Amino acid sequence: MQDWRKNKLVFAILMAPATFWLVVFFTIPLAIVWVYSFGGRGPEGQTLIRFSFDNYRRALEWIHLGIIWKSIVIASITTAACLVLGFPLALAIAFAPARLKNVLLLLVILPFWTNLLIRTYSWIAVLRERGFLNFGLEWLWNQADWTLTLFGMPDLMGDFQPLRLLYNLPAVVIALIHVHLPFMVLPLYATLEKLDKSFLEASLDLGASQWRTLFSVTVPLAMPGIASGVLLTFILSLGSFLAPDLLGGTEGLMIGNLIAHQFGPSRDWAFGSALSFLIMYATFIVLWIRSVVNARSEAGAGL
Amino acid sequence: MRKTLIRPTSRRSLLRGLGAAGAAGVAISILPRRGFAAEEKKLNVYNWDTYIGETTLQTFKEKTGIEVQYDLFASNEELFAKLKAGNPGYDIIVPTDYTLADMIQLKMVEPLDHSKIPNIKNIDPDPVFSNPSFNPGLKYGLPYMWGTVGFGYRPSKTGEIDSLAAIFDSDKYSGRIALLDDQRSALGFALKFLGYSINSTNPDEVAKARDLLIKQKKHIKTLAGDNGQDLLLSGEVDVTMEYNGDIVQVQAEDEDIAYVVPKEGGIVWIDNLAIPTGAPHPGNAHAFINHIHDPEVNAELTNTIQYATPNAAGRKLINPDDLKNPAIYPPAEVISKSESFAPLGDALRLYDEAWTAFKAA
Repeated sequence: MQDWRKNKLVFAILMAPATFWLVVFFTIPLAIVWVYSFGGRGPEGQTLIRFSFDNYRRALEWIHLGIIWKSIVIASITTAACLVLGFPLALAIAFAPARLKNVLLLLVILPFWTNLLIRTYSWIAVLRERGFLNFGLEWLWNQADWTLTLFGMPDLMGDFQPLRLLYNLPAVVIALIHVHLPFMVLPLYATLEKLDKSFLEASLDLGASQWRTLFSVTVPLAMPGIASGVLLTFILSLGSFLAPDLLGGTEGLMIGNLIAHQFGPSRDWAFGSALSFLIMYATFIVLWIRSVVNARSEAGAGL
Repeated sequence: MRKTLIRPTSRRSLLRGLGAAGAAGVAISILPRRGFAAEEKKLNVYNWDTYIGETTLQTFKEKTGIEVQYDLFASNEELFAKLKAGNPGYDIIVPTDYTLADMIQLKMVEPLDHSKIPNIKNIDPDPVFSNPSFNPGLKYGLPYMWGTVGFGYRPSKTGEIDSLAAIFDSDKYSGRIALLDDQRSALGFALKFLGYSINSTNPDEVAKARDLLIKQKKHIKTLAGDNGQDLLLSGEVDVTMEYNGDIVQVQAEDEDIAYVVPKEGGIVWIDNLAIPTGAPHPGNAHAFINHIHDPEVNAELTNTIQYATPNAAGRKLINPDDLKNPAIYPPAEVISKSESFAPLGDALRLYDEAWTAFKAA
């Protein structure tokens, strides 16, 4: 590839639109939010520009740390579930016959073609008391009841009581897994696809079992993909707002909802900005640790 | 809130209204302000969804020749946020009482010229409407519609409900209750049950309300942002805290739904027609406010949206069934025990923290 130093003008022209976009629509707004995060709230909800760490101090109160911790737990469960579900899926696609591969990939990406709001709302239709899942269970229940009646045991089971599947944390996690699974599968697939299959053949030829090969050869080789997938899924689900809002009921308070609340009913944009930046700082730290670890392992590999 | 009227008639009416107004789109651009007397024949109205009569805009155009561009907001927060950084070109907005009070403080609304609104004489002389505390002397706006926050419930499942004890001192409806996902309304009801004001700024009282909500949290199924009436209609819950109009609308679909303002008192709200600062057509805006308070126009509007009108002359012309419906026009003793939200200023933070604690509990 050509070095950009050799042809500065061409590179400058090519980079101008993206740079402009990022500066105007990302960096500047972000800077404004950053300035807000040191500000305050006027009695009618005005945002006062000043310099104080009050918002950060407030953001670090136990109750808010508790909400952040809860969000981290939810995001971790989501990420772990996506990895467990996504790895075999990515593996299967990577080793599928070429003509099937594109179809399978398409099926993974397909949900993206539906609006996030619709995908989240659809879980209400599935999980609510008069939802599809409860309808299905009720049908099974009635079949069993009917069968028992047939064998001379009428009214043994009683009426079907619908399960309360909606408006709790499991409902939130289910929806988050659904929404974020592609973000796990795609980076995993990209890595597994490029993986040198001769390593696996060597492992099997040398007498390792399929399981041993999977965990001692495939998984370590797929580590970069696993890391990207985990990071992507974790960061995206940490900031979730919609699923906890729609499906979480009284339990659905994640950090994203708390931030949205500050910009809405509380009209405390300054505090909301501080909360946002707290998450941003945390994300930066995680990314920084990752790059340090990467650099170390690369340096280690080089020795 | 009033944003989810799903009756087909009103949807159609909205579309027809738009058609009549010849509105090419709902987006409003920044319009130049005309300083001279003859304003262009246009008016930009920013209102709640399905909150206008079937012929209101049409008759306004016939009478004045002014075309209305109609745009919608979904919450007071949205309205406030949109106007916070400057008026994007609206002439008429419809804020609720406590939001209007904040807007007056921040000079986001202009004082009205009452001489241009002769129909102001039709406003109910009751000081609640003619001289409200949030807008003394109707200086910054005229009342548009009013209503209450109470409970919608399903009598066949719950029996008669008349008290806040149903949610705050009982496990009878455990897992069958939805509260409004609104910190001031939910905490306001808890305060009311404890015998305090919904506008309390006493930290101890708010803390007690918070503890009460946390204690009852296990019985509450969900917090309804905007769909309490749908949860009730679909059988997901049997008791829901809601705006009266939302419940009245689903009553048309299901007879087994009732509405009550609890005997301890509920929340009374008044929406107001106001002119935001920097409105490009203030003259037309005054004409529009006057038009809304014409008795016949007001009666048609009220019959369509089935909220309660503060227009005494119009009230004589509306559907008698609606007038007799206690869900729309609650008895005087219910109103006297109810309260309206007052702006809390810095004390809003008490509610904010209490609400976060409730949700995080």
